[in-house]
Amino acid sequence: MNIVVLVKQVPDTWSERKLTDADHTLDRESADAVLDEINERAVEEALLLKEAHGGEVTVIAMGPGRATDAIRKALSMGADKAVHVSDDALHGSDVIATAKVLAKAIGTVEGFDLVIAGNEATDGRAGAIPAILAEILGLPQVTQLRKVTVEGTTVKGERETEEGVAHLEASLPAIVSVTEKINEPRYPSFKGIMAAKKKPVTTLTVADLGVDAGEVGLGGAWSGVIEASPKPPRSAGQRIDDEGVGGSKIAEYLVGQKLI
Amino acid sequence: MPAERLLPTTEAEDLIALVREIARDELKPRAAEAEEHERFPRDVFRLLGKSGLLALPYPEEFGGGEQPYEVYLQALEEIASAWMSVAVGTSVHVMSAYPLATFGTPEQRERWLPELLEGDLLGGYALSETHAGSDAGALSTRAVLDGDSYVVNGTKAWITHAGVADFYTLMARTSEKDISCFLAPSGSGITAAAPERKMGLTGSVTAQLVFEDARVPADRLIGAEGDGLKIALDALNSGRLGIAACAVGLAQAALDEAVAYAKQRTQFGKPIIEFQGLEFLLADMAAGVESARATYLEAARRRDRGVPFQRQASIAKLVATDMAMKVTTDAVQVLGGAGYTRDFPVERYMREAKVLQIFEGTNQIQRLVIGRALRKL
Ligand SMILES: Cc1cc2nc3c(=O)[nH]c(=O)nc-3n(C[C@H](O)[C@H](O)[C@H](O)COP(=O)(O)OP(=O)(O)OC[C@H]3O[C@@H](n4cnc5c(N)ncnc54)[C@H](O)[C@@H]3O)c2cc1C
Ligand SMILES: Cc1cc2nc3c(=O)[nH]c(=O)nc-3n(C[C@H](O)[C@H](O)[C@H](O)COP(=O)(O)OP(=O)(O)OC[C@H]3O[C@@H](n4cnc5c(N)ncnc54)[C@H](O)[C@@H]3O)c2cc1C
Repeated sequence: MNIVVLVKQVPDTWSERKLTDADHTLDRESADAVLDEINERAVEEALLLKEAHGGEVTVIAMGPGRATDAIRKALSMGADKAVHVSDDALHGSDVIATAKVLAKAIGTVEGFDLVIAGNEATDGRAGAIPAILAEILGLPQVTQLRKVTVEGTTVKGERETEEGVAHLEASLPAIVSVTEKINEPRYPSFKGIMAAKKKPVTTLTVADLGVDAGEVGLGGAWSGVIEASPKPPRSAGQRIDDEGVGGSKIAEYLVGQKLI
Repeated sequence: MPAERLLPTTEAEDLIALVREIARDELKPRAAEAEEHERFPRDVFRLLGKSGLLALPYPEEFGGGEQPYEVYLQALEEIASAWMSVAVGTSVHVMSAYPLATFGTPEQRERWLPELLEGDLLGGYALSETHAGSDAGALSTRAVLDGDSYVVNGTKAWITHAGVADFYTLMARTSEKDISCFLAPSGSGITAAAPERKMGLTGSVTAQLVFEDARVPADRLIGAEGDGLKIALDALNSGRLGIAACAVGLAQAALDEAVAYAKQRTQFGKPIIEFQGLEFLLADMAAGVESARATYLEAARRRDRGVPFQRQASIAKLVATDMAMKVTTDAVQVLGGAGYTRDFPVERYMREAKVLQIFEGTNQIQRLVIGRALRKL
């Protein structure tokens, strides 16, 4: 099986995340950048499928120069090769532009059977890339999966929602997205780290992909962030000491908040 | 705050990132409870082994990571910051593989080194005896050649991983004057006594190791008969660097706890870190941690370049472990009454620091080594 995994480098959720004052895009310098955890799981799922069915895993990342760190992490986990789309013109791209570029990048991987993405990036949180990609590439989408299996030329998946579990399937090639319930990603080994140095990484610009630079980046975005402010700190809350009537006081509070 | 490191390669950076991730997710959250219940985390060593972290300074052709000590020790330091018993265990394992890796014949290395380095096995280092601690040369465990194996009798003391290790690097007397080194697989004739009831490092097993007619195949003699003490001391030279790194990691953890606490604890209407009396204490702690780190790294770089480093290793062990004792004690001071309780980790750090001044050559013995080197200058 020839599997493509879309991986994004995001600010570490453990560190404080900020927007730049200049253009309200993400301040990537102020926080440690890591391979998005959801994408670690996507890579893990690809590696499991490869271990079961054979084949090759290619990771694709669109991001600035230092996204190579995230790519190396995926390679050290066991992915075979990578495509890095890096171009200053991409700064500030919106979801549609991102999907267009990723679609072209996926096209450079000959004969792919399956594309695995995270259901939602922890920074942008659009949760839309997989669906837009399916639309652009004209492929079936099986999204928000907690379980993925491949049988012959069919991919099957389980999507968990509040209403229940949906069992989905599509014929390959297809786009799937996975949730944080899908698996526990492996740690790379030091051997994997050493091996990653020797794995091929192709770096491409928007021009290499035949994308018009005017269609991407801040300029090409259909929508923009005008203003941003940090979340106000949580207010102190209300303390209830239980002197025998604590339960009813809490109930009163919840009624007051129209919560019950 | 994680230590700021200057690392020589990208792979070293990726290695430290991996160690930090494992330390944050797998070690730190479990340390306090396992230490309190004196539970040895064998599974953690399997994870470290699988990740290649038990074999960092050994050749790639035998399954090692081929990293210089400069890098291996910094990885070890990160482990120590999260869980001291695991770091000491890692250092002991690495030291137990050292005699085979350094003094073994090519055949011996090909045969046994890969399994020692692949990560499934755990090693112990059996030198000390009850009457032979600082004076290790006085050891009396005997190994007598009988056919194609040595028959070993005697009792080793204070052995880290006794009873849980898969192999022991054993120093035993093969004649009145000769001490020899063996790679002894655990098995029949080797039993561990009840673990010592220690004041700290309680997640690590320390016990006497009793040899009763234990048979060690003769081809597991490392080096020649009579080379044993030289090999043992050589291994300790490198092992000491490991202990120095563990000390710095532990002190870094104590410093981080102290700074975090001092920022959020208020007295007299302001965070206590704003009192210069306390801030200076923290500043001295930071200065101690960073200068000890520089000291062990200097010794490590000498080792990596193949120049003599014995004096520097002893200085690093002495300076780093005395520093760790002071910094962990001061961390308890910074936390006040809270620091004296088991609800915060600093009292444990303080108990863990003490042993660093004792094992792998007490700090008096380090001074003796340094003093001897000065006399020769
Ligand atoms: C500060 C900030 C401001 C923004 N402003 C706007 C705006 O004004 N208008 C607008 O439309 N969007 C905006 N975005 C969204 C931004 O364009 C998206 O982050 C980006 O386009 C991708 O969407 P996402 O990461 O949310 O994708 P999601 O759909 O949440 O991601 C799902 C999966 O798609 C894959 N994926 C996503 N991005 C990449 C990538 N670069 N490389 C490889 N795989 C990837 C990953 O597998 C990921 O797990 C903003 C984002 C930020 C952080
Ligand atoms: C937790 C733990 C784990 C250990 N793990 C191992 C292990 O895995 N393998 C192993 O072989 N050993 C191990 N040891 C043993 C350790 O190396 C010895 O405890 C150490 O070498 C000191 O020996 P001793 O305890 O017999 O003390 P002693 O040698 O009796 O020392 C007592 C005191 O006398 C001082 N002293 C002794 N000689 C001199 C001198 N010439 N000049 C000045 N002062 C002197 C010492 O510094 C010390 O303060 C471990 C010990 C502990 C506590």
